[in-house]
Amino acid sequence: MPLVQGRAAAAGTTGVSQVAPLWVKPALFRAPWQKWLFIGLALGYLVWATGSVDVNWARVSEGLVRAARFLQGFLAPDFRSRGEDIWIGLQESITMTITATVAGVLLSVPFGLGAARNIAPVPVYFFCRGFIALSRSFQEVLIAIFLVALFGFGPFAGFLTLTVSTIGFLGKLLAEDIEEADPRCIEAIRATGAGWWQVVVYAVWPQVLPRLVGLSVYRFDINFRESAVVGIVGAGGIGGTLNTAMDRYEYDSAAAMLIIIILIVLATEYSSGYIRRRVQ
Amino acid sequence: MLEIVGLSKRYARGDLALSGVDLKVQPGEVIALIGPSGAGKSTLIRCVNRLVEPTAGRIVLDGQDLTRLSNQDLRRVRRKIGMIFQEFALVERLTVMENVLSGRLGYVSFLRSLLRRFPTDDVARALALLDRVGLTEHMDKRADQLSGGQRQRVGIARALGQTPSLLLIDEPTASLDPKTSRQIMRLIMEVCAERGLPAIINIHDVPLALAFVSRIVGLKQGEKVFDGPPSGLGPEVLSEIYGDEDWSGVAADAESEDIGPLAAVAGASA
Repeated sequence: MPLVQGRAAAAGTTGVSQVAPLWVKPALFRAPWQKWLFIGLALGYLVWATGSVDVNWARVSEGLVRAARFLQGFLAPDFRSRGEDIWIGLQESITMTITATVAGVLLSVPFGLGAARNIAPVPVYFFCRGFIALSRSFQEVLIAIFLVALFGFGPFAGFLTLTVSTIGFLGKLLAEDIEEADPRCIEAIRATGAGWWQVVVYAVWPQVLPRLVGLSVYRFDINFRESAVVGIVGAGGIGGTLNTAMDRYEYDSAAAMLIIIILIVLATEYSSGYIRRRVQ
Repeated sequence: MLEIVGLSKRYARGDLALSGVDLKVQPGEVIALIGPSGAGKSTLIRCVNRLVEPTAGRIVLDGQDLTRLSNQDLRRVRRKIGMIFQEFALVERLTVMENVLSGRLGYVSFLRSLLRRFPTDDVARALALLDRVGLTEHMDKRADQLSGGQRQRVGIARALGQTPSLLLIDEPTASLDPKTSRQIMRLIMEVCAERGLPAIINIHDVPLALAFVSRIVGLKQGEKVFDGPPSGLGPEVLSEIYGDEDWSGVAADAESEDIGPLAAVAGASA
């Protein structure tokens, strides 16, 4: 109270008509000219960058016509005329998703254990971190292009692609989860004379398992969506069929496939959300 | 039985946690290790089972020097040393029974422990211990469903499940209320007496230590500054260990059992 009165009185004596605020939020920039320089540069770049995008209005209008035809196709999706292809593509995609998720989860466990600094020996740690970093630095489509070149067109390349990226994704998250595991439990289990594997099974595993299950079902749903994408570069699955339909301007068949993909993604998303709620 | 000679520990950061500590624990003897935070209590007991590697000195348990053991031998020695922790250090998502059986990990193969197929003797012992600490009806509950006092009982049962020849106990009551603290201390003293088990108890609650333990060791900045019965722990000694403070109440009231730790602490701060 005395402080408040003192500050108010001081403000009064300096001739400020209104009472000066007792506290203002510290400014982000040290000097006002720095702030205005920053805003000016940002706005200038924005204007220049917008101007440099070359928009071809003729092509935009052509595209609008095509978009209209595409939307019409959506209103009358054709499940029949390419039914066989759709069915085969879908089977491939689902098989790819399931096998790659299972293989990826199983392989991500040793990589995750190896990449956790608190339990892995140093050489193993660097090897596993290296592999995970490598598999994460390439987007699925890039890995798929490479693997299609190696193993030829078809779902095997797709399966390998999704497996590799599942290992990267789950291995990294699992390793981080293990590193955050309660060190006191690990110490307590070590103190009983347990060996390394027993420490993993008793102290680490129970702490990370629920999250691993949750992440695995989440990855299942990512893998299904990715299986549609990698098909476009020839790695099998519904993506390839979709690409063919688009190339032939068969928008009604393409729409049918998109609708099926959307429905499956919704179904996996809903069920994975349900499973994750149950385990956590 | 346990003999610590010239034990020193310097951490990689450079701070000296222990310097030349000598300590002898006789068979069946329970000692309380007191001292301010950072005095090296925790480091000392962790050097015994080498969760912390000592820098210098010898630790001899039943004629065996623990500071020069191979990894294999270290595991064999660790299973004979039970440890009880401040925040229980139970695996919360495992059941009470699994936590108690985890005390047997040093004795069973990996496959058996993975499949939870513990030998009948181990399971029988675990059941008897759960009965001893009064948790039989909670055996299949997950550890995180228990109260603090119950969890520490599980911690005690896990340590005893190792059929240890020495107990290391790190602040067993630090996260418990005063009444539960006394119950846990009493339980620890009882099970040690029943089995003739020697124990080192780190404890920062001086009145509680004085009430239950017959030998007190005081640590200050990594050095042993007091070793004797509770009656020797006068205000001057407490001032030497912890620094100047009005210690009347803590030292004087210690002998009478019915003054709880709260009353004594209140007396000290008055």
